[in-house]
Amino acid sequence: MAWTQNVLRVNLSSGETAKEALNMTWADSYLGQRGLASKYLAEEIDPAVDALSPDNKLIMVTGPLTGTMASTGGRYSVVTKSPLTGAIACSNSGGFIGAEIKMAGWDMIIFEGRADTPVYLYLENEKAELLPADDLWGKSVWEADERLHQKHQDPLIRIACVGRAAEQGNLYAGIINDLHRAAGRSGVGTVMASKNLKALVCRGTRGVGNLKDPLRFLQAVEQGKRVLAENAVTGQGLPQYGTQVLMNVINEMGALPTRNMQEVQFEGTHNISGEAMHEPRSSDGQPNLTTNAACFGCTIACGRIATLDKGHFTVENKPGYWGASGGLEYEAAWALGSDTCIDDLDALTYANFLCNEDGFDPISFGSTLAAAMELYEMGVITEQDTDGIELKFGSAQALTRTAELTARGEGFGKVLGLGSKRLCEKYGHPELSMTVKAQEFPAYDPRGIQGMGLAYATSNRGACHLRGYTVASEVLGIPEKTDPLVSEGKAELVKAFQDATAAVDSSGLCVFTTFAWTLDDIAPQIDAACEGDWSTEKLLEVGERIWNLERDFNLKAGLTGKDDTLPKRLRKDAAKSGPAKGMVSELDKMLPRYYEIRGWTPQGELTAATRQRLGL
Amino acid sequence: MKIVVKLFASLSDLLPADSRANSMEVVVHDDATANQIIDLLQLPRKKVHLVLQNGLFVEPQDRDLPLIKEGDAIAFWPPIAGG
Ligand code: SF4
Repeated sequence: MAWTQNVLRVNLSSGETAKEALNMTWADSYLGQRGLASKYLAEEIDPAVDALSPDNKLIMVTGPLTGTMASTGGRYSVVTKSPLTGAIACSNSGGFIGAEIKMAGWDMIIFEGRADTPVYLYLENEKAELLPADDLWGKSVWEADERLHQKHQDPLIRIACVGRAAEQGNLYAGIINDLHRAAGRSGVGTVMASKNLKALVCRGTRGVGNLKDPLRFLQAVEQGKRVLAENAVTGQGLPQYGTQVLMNVINEMGALPTRNMQEVQFEGTHNISGEAMHEPRSSDGQPNLTTNAACFGCTIACGRIATLDKGHFTVENKPGYWGASGGLEYEAAWALGSDTCIDDLDALTYANFLCNEDGFDPISFGSTLAAAMELYEMGVITEQDTDGIELKFGSAQALTRTAELTARGEGFGKVLGLGSKRLCEKYGHPELSMTVKAQEFPAYDPRGIQGMGLAYATSNRGACHLRGYTVASEVLGIPEKTDPLVSEGKAELVKAFQDATAAVDSSGLCVFTTFAWTLDDIAPQIDAACEGDWSTEKLLEVGERIWNLERDFNLKAGLTGKDDTLPKRLRKDAAKSGPAKGMVSELDKMLPRYYEIRGWTPQGELTAATRQRLGL
Repeated sequence: MKIVVKLFASLSDLLPADSRANSMEVVVHDDATANQIIDLLQLPRKKVHLVLQNGLFVEPQDRDLPLIKEGDAIAFWPPIAGG
């Protein structure tokens, strides 16, 4: 039935570990991964708890298809209460650790309490041990990874680890697995470090079986893989150009956040685009992009592996950065690039390497830096605040120097580690923070892509593109084209994307499959693997239930409908160029309709009827 | 009339070596359509998935209509996606 039905509970305060049976009633209602762990979290903690106290819990969770032969079936998520937003956090990552946890025989690991001194969890099938990590504390993810591999003398262990940013309290620190895949958003790494938990080291040799109907599963999986291979986007576009190919598209559309979202088009776009990653550099004749890469079991392989020019000013005397490593995805490239007006591709790539090396979210970092740059250019922040760094828009030196400080939580890097909202408040200009629920925006300006404004405002984890990626419809025409400049009909579109995505995020599959797959392609795979009846309709119902459960958690945590908003800049200041010139986000037109179709009150609260309908 | 043609991703191989920012100037007749430009560049039509005219989406059924004006920027992409 795809779930292992085993939960590992790790009490970091007492040092005890215990095996429990998975609650199968909840699995039937919430599927796995994001949904199921959110249910556990909502049941086990007070949503009002301080996110960095021992009373918060951190759940690493797989989906029923994680570790199976389904394409992209290697995903895992980290669910906790976010220290950045105060809302529920769920960060999803690929790579290989998710499949390894599953192959060790576990659906979920629940960490609770706080260890007195730094520890890491060593998990080898049934064996779960908390081991001292004093020698790893203060080390980067990459260094800790190397030491752990040396210590355990097993090249096949998989590691998820926090870096120095998390240890130093950076509020958007992530958990890095397999060196450069990240459960990156909302500060899930910060919570892990607050528990004195440095890493999970995992080795699983049991394989993943226990499927409801193995033959039907293999047939469904094969059919799914054929659809991905034959689809031009997942079969050719994503492997060849990755997500970064969007840089030019979104710039042409006038929706590329630039200069802390003061502008919507960036003159240096070409230099930091997916196309530029393929071009030989004038300096060494080599391209930035080395190859593409795949996560566990993925037949799309959208990942970017990049190599810096050894003579680039950032790494001239640093051979540690001369090898190939995780390259720029679109989300990192816009935040580190257009938002800060920096068009030096290798500088962006170096900053991205640092985000992986020490585990902090490049979206939140880039956006926070852009806000700091605006404050600097206004004269509110001076070089006395910035450790002497000239924090000008367009300065690659400012980007890479502040990235180094943020990685280690030193000097002005500590302030940048607070995130944009707290930084802007500290300097008396909260209006300059481009955030929702204190989380920084992703790569689409909602003035030029109206649906994304509503998706950001209502996202349960703060501004996020992956909770309801209406860009697929509004820009790419998947599954059908809608007009990005029109707000009418977007409430329905956003809700449909949010519910479907919640189901996909709970399955163990990657959301990028949905450029080719609909739930009609996914349901047969889940249904053949999992006990129960998993139709498209049921997945949509589960997705909607998950969305409402997360909302309910947030309301109990103290958030309200007033938090479903966008910064004034996006609602009042019109876009200055491109097709959306003269437009603002029409959030106020979309939000009431959205609440209505969600079955919420005009204040954004769940009604009794909605609770009853969804079994909440 | 003169227009600007922009070719991205794998289509950019067709750009002249001295082109900048994925674009080139092209002279077309006054009632040129998006599909005629695609043919002029010898692009296989099925390889062109996304067409933007001055940043605005051109519906597949509109690619045979003479909607292009002097100075317009017409951008073409093969199948792509992002996140
Ligand atoms: S599509 Fe990309 S992100 Fe998703 S599983 Fe495959 S390689 Fe990983």
